[in-house]
Amino acid sequence: MTHPHSKNLLSSVQMASFVATGAFRMDAVVPAEMNREAIDVLKAGIPGVPYGTPLSEAFVDSEFVQRLVQLPEVAGAIHSFVGPEPTVDHHAVHIRKANQGEAQNLHGDAIIDVRPDAFDVQLMYYPQEVTLEMGGTLSVPGSHLRKTNESDTGRYQNLLGQTRFTCPAGTVVFLHHGIWHGGRRNDSDIDRYMFKIRFNPTVRQVRLWNIEDLYDEQVAAELGQLFPWYENATGRLEIYNRVKLWQAITGDDTFDPDYWVTRVTNRPQRVVAQRTVNPHAKKELT
Amino acid sequence: MTTASAEQTVAGQTVRQQVLVLYLASSALDSRTVGWSTYDGTGATSPTTGDSDVPPYASGLDALKDGWRLFQAAQLLPPQPGHEYDVSFLKHEFFFERLVQV
Repeated sequence: MTHPHSKNLLSSVQMASFVATGAFRMDAVVPAEMNREAIDVLKAGIPGVPYGTPLSEAFVDSEFVQRLVQLPEVAGAIHSFVGPEPTVDHHAVHIRKANQGEAQNLHGDAIIDVRPDAFDVQLMYYPQEVTLEMGGTLSVPGSHLRKTNESDTGRYQNLLGQTRFTCPAGTVVFLHHGIWHGGRRNDSDIDRYMFKIRFNPTVRQVRLWNIEDLYDEQVAAELGQLFPWYENATGRLEIYNRVKLWQAITGDDTFDPDYWVTRVTNRPQRVVAQRTVNPHAKKELT
Repeated sequence: MTTASAEQTVAGQTVRQQVLVLYLASSALDSRTVGWSTYDGTGATSPTTGDSDVPPYASGLDALKDGWRLFQAAQLLPPQPGHEYDVSFLKHEFFFERLVQV
């Protein structure tokens, strides 16, 4: 695949928003004619791909998916998150049938994944308009750095400030691998379709986006967001962990606008209080 | 195999348990609600994931005032050494119940 034009890469502010929220949405980015085609393509099924297949080889049997991931904005986002030539972990067509009576438990995909300096992303493509009644995916902004395993979070039904996803047709969302999410109950008369692809990086994820605005004030503002469901104390730890991730993906370990990391890692080694000036130090007997 | 029903009666009335779980912003019962779940032992309703954006009570105390009985509160546990900065499950979990006549 060719390198995306820089205008299609994410900005630093957008990347910082992703690091804070664990999600990035591109409304109606897929053209209407592709969306019209999509339902039949998804109904027919997308051929399976062995785990770890390079993206350029993964969809040789699915011209539709090739076109999807090569849309300039989509390709730019993929590159910004995971770099050139990622591998396809897996893909799946998710269908929530009309009036389907059950929601999924809140969960993180795969298994607990606590990599501090790398992440996978999941592309989710919604070919139809998704309304609240259609049970769009539930996700929890800023949950992606929580160290929990799969559906152990199933007890949590609702969190303040959660996203009950609705969107226009042709929307693509990228989610960090750790985000808490679940398919909501479809209370409408319309079957809901979603196609997802999980990408694994094959390069170090450092400054893969457009870094012209790396030190824009809005970067720090994005990274400093607190979400309504955060507990008072743990919310501060969220900022700490977010700053650590931003330091990892920018390669700049001095970035710490609110001093959360610097303060608790400050362990000076220079000793100025000499034992010889300590009046309580025993004198050696001669 | 048949299972005997665990019939619950209070003053001769058949009752069932409704459970409310509130997640609060701190360990104080009167702190603000940040998450919530409900389970209905009567079977009359079927609360589920992502079914509401508005908490049923603004705080744990408000739930008490409305008649819910607290029966479990999360313990306060120090972080494990080396994991002081980890974030994981919600810490301040409070279980309430009320018995409803059926």
